[in-house]
Amino acid sequence: MAIIARKKSSKKQRAPFSQRTWSIGFFSLAVLIYIFYTYILPHTPDGFQSQIQTWFPPSALNEALVWVIAALGLNIVVGYAGLLDLGFVAFWAIGGYTAGWFMSGFFNQWNFHFGSESAKVIPGIHLSFWLVLVIGALICAFFGIVIGAPTLRLKSDYLAIVTLGFGEIIPQIFVNGENIHGFNLSNGTKGISPVDSIGIFGKRLGPFDLNYKYMIFVAMAAFMVFISLRLRSGRLGRAWLAIREDELAASMMGVPLMKTKLAAYAVGAISGGLAGVAYATHVNGIFAERFQFSISIILLAMVVLGGMGNVWGVMVGALLIAWVNSTGLPAFGNEINSTFHTNINFPSYTFLIFGALLILMMLFRREGILPESRLKLLMHENDDASGNEQPHDEISEEEDL
Amino acid sequence: MAGVTYKTRQLRRRYIERSFATIAIAGALFWLIINFVKSPTQFVEVTFTGLSNGILYALIALGYTLVYGIIELINFAHGDLFMLGGLFSAHFITLWFGQRHSSGAGYGVLLLCLVAVMAFCALINVTIERFAYRRLRRAPKLAPLITAVGMSFILQFVGLRWNGSGQKTWPSLLPNGNFSIFGVRLPYTTLISFLVTIPVLLALTYIVTQTKQGKAMRATAQDQDASRLMGINVDRTISFTFGLGGALAGAAGLLFEQTRGLTSYNLGFQLGLIAFTAAVMGGIGNLQGAVLGAIIIGLIQGLNDGLPIGLGQQWSNTVVFSILILLMVFKPTGLLGKPTTEKV
Repeated sequence: MAIIARKKSSKKQRAPFSQRTWSIGFFSLAVLIYIFYTYILPHTPDGFQSQIQTWFPPSALNEALVWVIAALGLNIVVGYAGLLDLGFVAFWAIGGYTAGWFMSGFFNQWNFHFGSESAKVIPGIHLSFWLVLVIGALICAFFGIVIGAPTLRLKSDYLAIVTLGFGEIIPQIFVNGENIHGFNLSNGTKGISPVDSIGIFGKRLGPFDLNYKYMIFVAMAAFMVFISLRLRSGRLGRAWLAIREDELAASMMGVPLMKTKLAAYAVGAISGGLAGVAYATHVNGIFAERFQFSISIILLAMVVLGGMGNVWGVMVGALLIAWVNSTGLPAFGNEINSTFHTNINFPSYTFLIFGALLILMMLFRREGILPESRLKLLMHENDDASGNEQPHDEISEEEDL
Repeated sequence: MAGVTYKTRQLRRRYIERSFATIAIAGALFWLIINFVKSPTQFVEVTFTGLSNGILYALIALGYTLVYGIIELINFAHGDLFMLGGLFSAHFITLWFGQRHSSGAGYGVLLLCLVAVMAFCALINVTIERFAYRRLRRAPKLAPLITAVGMSFILQFVGLRWNGSGQKTWPSLLPNGNFSIFGVRLPYTTLISFLVTIPVLLALTYIVTQTKQGKAMRATAQDQDASRLMGINVDRTISFTFGLGGALAGAAGLLFEQTRGLTSYNLGFQLGLIAFTAAVMGGIGNLQGAVLGAIIIGLIQGLNDGLPIGLGQQWSNTVVFSILILLMVFKPTGLLGKPTTEKV
């Protein structure tokens, strides 16, 4: 729904969008959705309510926001700095396990409570959700630097492989982490569950307080957008773009490659960590086997589809893909199956859909649906006259920062 | 002054790296010796298992390295091509020709299947190159890389449809059982892996080093524009390289299917990753390096999985990728790779 609304408004206005317009649009849309789900939906007829529950359930909206947070982080690494990261799932997992460690009764040999609204008698480490967000972000930033540091001397392709390796290693550590010299790090495949619910203003959110959670996730996404935009227009962001466009030239101009790349990794990892913590509270647990390579690829598809380097594009891409993945495709499949009395398992086509999406985007619209103008030029730098067609679209005349 | 400090810093860095690498290698040797002393026969058996895995990885790794050498693309879809090769062989032998046990006719079908699966995978790879990668040859590097990831997903989807979501087991035509030399039991399948792989590798070496097409490949890898000026059909050469890599992946698929007797749609991703690691380890773009790296990776994996004192199979990937990352830190060019300067 969010996507459709935004697309329509962009068609109607036809004027170039500035960052301010986008921010206001994003904020008012978020508020509208909140008002709709909290105040309007309960008073609508039952048929309409069930339709909304099938097509746009609030939990799917929350999950989509988690994806947005992570995709915005990947956008900094891939879209801004031009470093291909194929192991982003590692940060998501680390963030998730941070929540598992510090917000649950998992480490029941200790009893430590701080700022958490949970009952003091429950053993385990129970910290406030907000504190865990900070801890998760810091741990992930640390790991981002650890992962980035050895890869800095590498060419871009090797970088992709090393990140991919990390993306395989870290989930495997969590899967096998049940008994590391007698220490239970991650509870293995059983996972850590339940995780404390979010406490806000002395109130604990129950499992059905989806609207509160929605507002919190929106605030986190807005925070990431803010960080992305501010960093991009600052010194660091310009250094990232310079590296993306020509690493050699950038280093000749005095851009410190090592520091700048590490910063990209760290900031990207922070948002992965935030997404991980948010996801753990969203599904009320953390399970090692969910962290598969396909998550990294789906995130990449979100960034590529939306438009690398443009936060609003990435957001649209993430919302769209997350929605298709979680509700759109199954709901659409059910609709088709019940109408035509067929029995097609639509979610099994996700591989095909994502693969085809990535390929078609790369072949015909490399810069994404809402491209960033600089990246668009970069992507078509070497096109010869007879080669690929130049896509033209009024939306793409977006104002650059 | 600044130059001097830079130089000393470089020297110090090299010194630290050297000593760290020496410690790592010494630790690995120590681990091997302890294991060897503990149970020599098991050690030798495991070594041979590792070797036979290694040459299987070599077949896949060569495909990566061939393609990377010529157009500098990590062909993520290559591992899935191997998976499709395995599926094709399983269907070809078991379902289409109905061979279930080792027999004279079975070996005939096996040879026929080897040719067929090589052609099948070569065809797929050439088609992928023709319709996807060729159009992106002048695009920024990120574009073909992401396309390759997408291709990998599509091939996995084909595998998923063809094979179903679980693992499937198939009867093998190879004689099962062991033969023993000096009290060391070795399965026949190991022997047969060697018998298939070594001629294929020799044929590849012959093609690349002795034929005109191989010369064209090497020229294209060095400089596309210059080789075009020399009258080489660059497009056809690249297609040929993809075909060659695909054929090797097909052979590996058949070999894997026959020695392990199983197929699964996500096998390609796992093995492809390991094979790519092997190619990087040997120095990507270098054919001998790919084989060497693959054998080393196969050995490490076999030893880690099978030895009494080791991390065991559940840590297999962690061990392989940790080694890759360490290698990237200390020797980014790989074991046999030559350092390259970036072209402006």
